[in-house]
Order: sequence, then structure tokens, then C-alpha cells
Amino acid sequence: MPVSSPTDDHAEPNYWMVWLALAVLTVIELVIARVPNAKAFVIVSLCALALAKAALVALYFMHLKFEKSALILIVLSPLLLSAIMYIGLVPDATTHIHWLP
Amino acid sequence: MNEVERYENQLTPGWGKLMMWIFLCSDAMSFAGLLAAYGAVRLGSSDWPNPAQILDVPLTAINTFILICSSVTMVKALSAIKHGNKSGMLLWLAGTILGGATFLGVQAYEWTHLIHEGLTIQGNPFGVSSLFGATFYILTGFHGCHVLSGVIYLLCIFIKGARGGYTAGHNSPVEIAGLYWHFVDLIWILVFTFVYLIV
Repeated sequence: MPVSSPTDDHAEPNYWMVWLALAVLTVIELVIARVPNAKAFVIVSLCALALAKAALVALYFMHLKFEKSALILIVLSPLLLSAIMYIGLVPDATTHIHWLP
Repeated sequence: MNEVERYENQLTPGWGKLMMWIFLCSDAMSFAGLLAAYGAVRLGSSDWPNPAQILDVPLTAINTFILICSSVTMVKALSAIKHGNKSGMLLWLAGTILGGATFLGVQAYEWTHLIHEGLTIQGNPFGVSSLFGATFYILTGFHGCHVLSGVIYLLCIFIKGARGGYTAGHNSPVEIAGLYWHFVDLIWILVFTFVYLIV
């Protein structure tokens, strides 16, 4: 029996607009990466832009925006687990261990 | 509707798409582990170089753009077959495969150039952390393996599509392959930022 997909029930996103947004954000990244003497600003901005680009790909190209909320929660679970892992690593990473060559 | 059909309808239309999503979740954790290790090594190193002084950032930016373009061609391929346009699907799929192959070619060129300059997985002649090469090759190599797998995967979809395997009513394999391809694009967006751009 054919079953309807939740993704079939929505209007098709304007993929070219998403493409344009991704291209513009990439150019902005390249510009920000060259800003001198503002390391904190550069790092925070680049991380935010990368996450924004990743979100655009997931939401529109992977159609996550149009999926059921339960699936979205499952898909987002690696983000939570990753955040826990990164927070757990911060104390080790910031103690400037002299890594073996 | 029987019990099995009702169960299948809870999250996705069929198991294939759900299984791909679950695979992508586990794969995301693999990349998260590699990126976490990269971050820990980099933060703990006192002689980490500015990546732009060793890596070709403009070339990789173009490569990033190529991968983004291949994501667009992938969604257009799915859109085409959903409207019953088989030749349109094949055309857009061919563009996606070409984008993936171009990405791999540029990455092979970049690797060859860096290896000739002496950047290896064991060390480098630049007087910077020897782990720079190790983390660079492992992260970009692991991702490159995904791109190569994706190109082969899409070739299989293309061949089956050319034989009339997909229609407006039966296109979930194209959608599932697309999910994988977009994930590869998504991961590269993060790798490009963390490995190439952040100083």
C-alpha cells in the first residue's frame, strides 16, 4: 500500500535561493577569515556562519524542516551528544598538554 | 491499515529513509569525534600554524562551492523525478556526479601538492606541530572517502534511473541517496571552516 510522505505535503522550497544564501555565506566566511587582530570575533563568526550553512542544508536540501517532529528530535540527538563530548574535552584541551610529535 | 503499516507510518514513509537518517546520525557522531580530537589537539598545541599559510584556501573555497552546487543539482534531480521527468532527473544526477568527481579531483590535486611540499601524516618541514598533517589528512581523507562512496552510490542510482527504475510514484531511493549526498555537503561545510578558515 503506498503511503504518503510528510515531505510530499509541502510546497517545494526555492532551492536556488538556498544555493544563493550558501554561496553568499561562504564569501562572507572568506572575508571574515581575513580580518586581522580580532581572533575571538573571527572564530565566533566563522562557527556561527558554518552552523547557519549546515542548518540551511539540513532544513531545506534534506527537507528536515518538513519532517515529523519525532524524526527531527532523533536527528538532532547527535548534536546534543556532540555538545556533551566537546564540553567534556575542554578541560583537557585547554591545559596545553605537550603532545608527543 | 494493519499493525505493520501503521508502525511504518510513524516517522517516515518506509524503512529506507528512516534507516538512512539513523545511519547519518551515527556517521555524524564519527565526524564529531574526529572534529573533537582535532579541536583538542589544536587547542593543546603551542605551535599550530595558520592554515592559510600552508593550505590553498581559495582553491578549497571553490571546491566547497562545487560541492554546494552538487547539492542543488541533487535536489533538482529529486524534484524532476517527483514530477515524472526522467530525463531531467538523469541530467541533474549527472551534474551531481560530475560535481562530486570534480571535488575529488581537486582534493587529489591538493593532497599531491601538499605531499610534494613535505606535509605528511607523520610530520612537515614547516617547523609547526607534526599533528597538523595527521589531523588534516585524516579529516579530509575520511570525508573524501564519503564523497567517493557518494559518487559510486549516485552512479548506481543513475544507472537504475536510466533503465526506468524510478517514476513519479516510486522515487524514494533517489531521495535516500540525496540525504546521504547532502550530509556529505553539510559535513564539508564544517570541515572547511574548522580546518581551513579558523586561524
